[in-house]
Amino acid sequence: MTQEPILTARGLVKRYGRVTALNSCDFDLYPGEILAVIGDNGAGKSTLIKAISGAVVPDEGIIELDGKQVLFKSPIEAREAGIETVYQNLALSPALSIADNMFLGREIRKPGFLGDWLRMLDRPAMEKRARDKLTELGLMTIQNISQAVETLSGGQRQGVAVARAAAFGSKMVIMDEPTAALGVKESRRVLELILDVKKRGLPIVLISHNMPHVFEVADRIHIHRLGRRLCVIDPKQYTMSDAVAFMTGAKLPPEAALAA
Amino acid sequence: MSQVQEFEKALANSETSVAAFDEHGTSLVKRIQHFLHSTPAAVPLIVLVLSIAVFGVTIGGRFFSSYTLTLILQQIAIVGILGAAQTLVILTAGIDLSIGVIMVISAVIMGNCAVTYGLPTLLAVVIGLAAGAACGLLNGLLVAYMKLPPFIVTLGTWNIVMATNFIYSANETIRDADVDVQAPLLHLFGLNFKVGTAVLTFGVIAMVVLVLFLWYVLNHTAWGRHVYAVGDDPEAAKLSGIQTKKVLISVYTLAGLIAAFAAWVSIGRNGSISPSAAVTDYNLQAITATVIGGISLFGGRGSILGTLFGAMIVGVVSMGLNMLGADPQWKVLLTGVLIIGAVAIDQWIRKVSV
Repeated sequence: MTQEPILTARGLVKRYGRVTALNSCDFDLYPGEILAVIGDNGAGKSTLIKAISGAVVPDEGIIELDGKQVLFKSPIEAREAGIETVYQNLALSPALSIADNMFLGREIRKPGFLGDWLRMLDRPAMEKRARDKLTELGLMTIQNISQAVETLSGGQRQGVAVARAAAFGSKMVIMDEPTAALGVKESRRVLELILDVKKRGLPIVLISHNMPHVFEVADRIHIHRLGRRLCVIDPKQYTMSDAVAFMTGAKLPPEAALAA
Repeated sequence: MSQVQEFEKALANSETSVAAFDEHGTSLVKRIQHFLHSTPAAVPLIVLVLSIAVFGVTIGGRFFSSYTLTLILQQIAIVGILGAAQTLVILTAGIDLSIGVIMVISAVIMGNCAVTYGLPTLLAVVIGLAAGAACGLLNGLLVAYMKLPPFIVTLGTWNIVMATNFIYSANETIRDADVDVQAPLLHLFGLNFKVGTAVLTFGVIAMVVLVLFLWYVLNHTAWGRHVYAVGDDPEAAKLSGIQTKKVLISVYTLAGLIAAFAAWVSIGRNGSISPSAAVTDYNLQAITATVIGGISLFGGRGSILGTLFGAMIVGVVSMGLNMLGADPQWKVLLTGVLIIGAVAIDQWIRKVSV
């Protein structure tokens, strides 16, 4: 690729006590692409993603966003830099409503005196935007936008979390297993949304164990093994079984992919 | 559009309307459960109305008089305000054992500044409020940054503040008459006015206004939503971009400030300022009002209006039993039953979503 990457990481190391989760790991994300990250359980995918989204601070290594070095000490800092994450545990507050959850930490206040002085939230505006986003996602089985998240099914909760990230990401969106808990229909919607987001020019990092989904939407596949990037492959040139063979160590990746 | 996989082609004809279900399958009990789940202040309100009705029937018109009912409000003003402070803390899944003594030391500081040191009364009040807020800030810093359990932190500050209170004041009471002469403003919330036979003090008005104000803040501002989110699931709140430490610190500080405000109200109600009030179980009364009011001790659930109703329930029960001439221990016993009943109902309501 001739473009400059939007986000690069070099030599990331993260140790938890005696366990090395990241072992001098590299990472590149180019503008407008969907990069899938796959790897065995325990390969360090989650730690890599957490390092990029600010949830963990790496022990060594540098991360550059748009060519400028960044060090996120918290997810809030990463979010302010435009990196939005859908966590596997979704990070939703069960007792709050769908709209409240989508706007948690960036609420819309009413204009004028009510908002400026009484700090009143603009519930109708937030509920409308939340409703629009969810409709876009096709999550119309949600009947009431002001119902508590704890009353939703697992798939519906996932939809709320994905809609939230898609609505607010400005630089990139990280999705950790976004389709893992979804039904066939909702999975399809999420995949379509991922492509939608890509069309708007936002790059996406997709962590998934679902090979058909990965091979369907990804432009490049980052294969993670033993705490580092093993290789990056083009899904059009390799099969799913190749990818599985690389990530489990059954087969050595080709030299060309290693250099990528 | 992504290339659709074979099994997904059936989706093309799927329904797109918002899901709707017949309601007839749900039993009355289930519907009540759902209603209570979405309206957390309903249970204490129902209990309050019931207890007023029961005492009204057994005692008769004497109990129903507006004089009696407003007298109950006067008696619960202090506990109601402390309960409001306690509610904020409990909503974050914490507990504040120190607000009772923070109130007493703030009252002592206000009294000493105004009467003993002769400072302007308004300045004395401000110093007292600042002292209360500072105690709360200490709690907040220890909970948020040292990550100590709130129970332990406030158990510690409870003792520290109580001892400081006795050392500083040498356990000397400031007499009612002295306050009246030198700092009548401190008695502001003891002033009353009559509406017919109803007697309302400014303290009662202050309690109601404070609770309504906090209700607004908790439900209609971002900060209020953050308080609920932090109590509900702190990890999720943090990942959603809420600065959980700041929320915790502001909650404990505000609780301290409200406790100091309760001090001002208590001076109005009691007349004199006595450091030995520190041994009264104001904390437990405030926690009792909060729990009976349906605020979940696990955090993130409940309405502050419930706390107000909870305080009123305790007030109604104790007044009713008094008028019946019952042994005061019956009130204590009944309070215990109410607490356990409230928590049991809370657990039942929570099951609605499972």
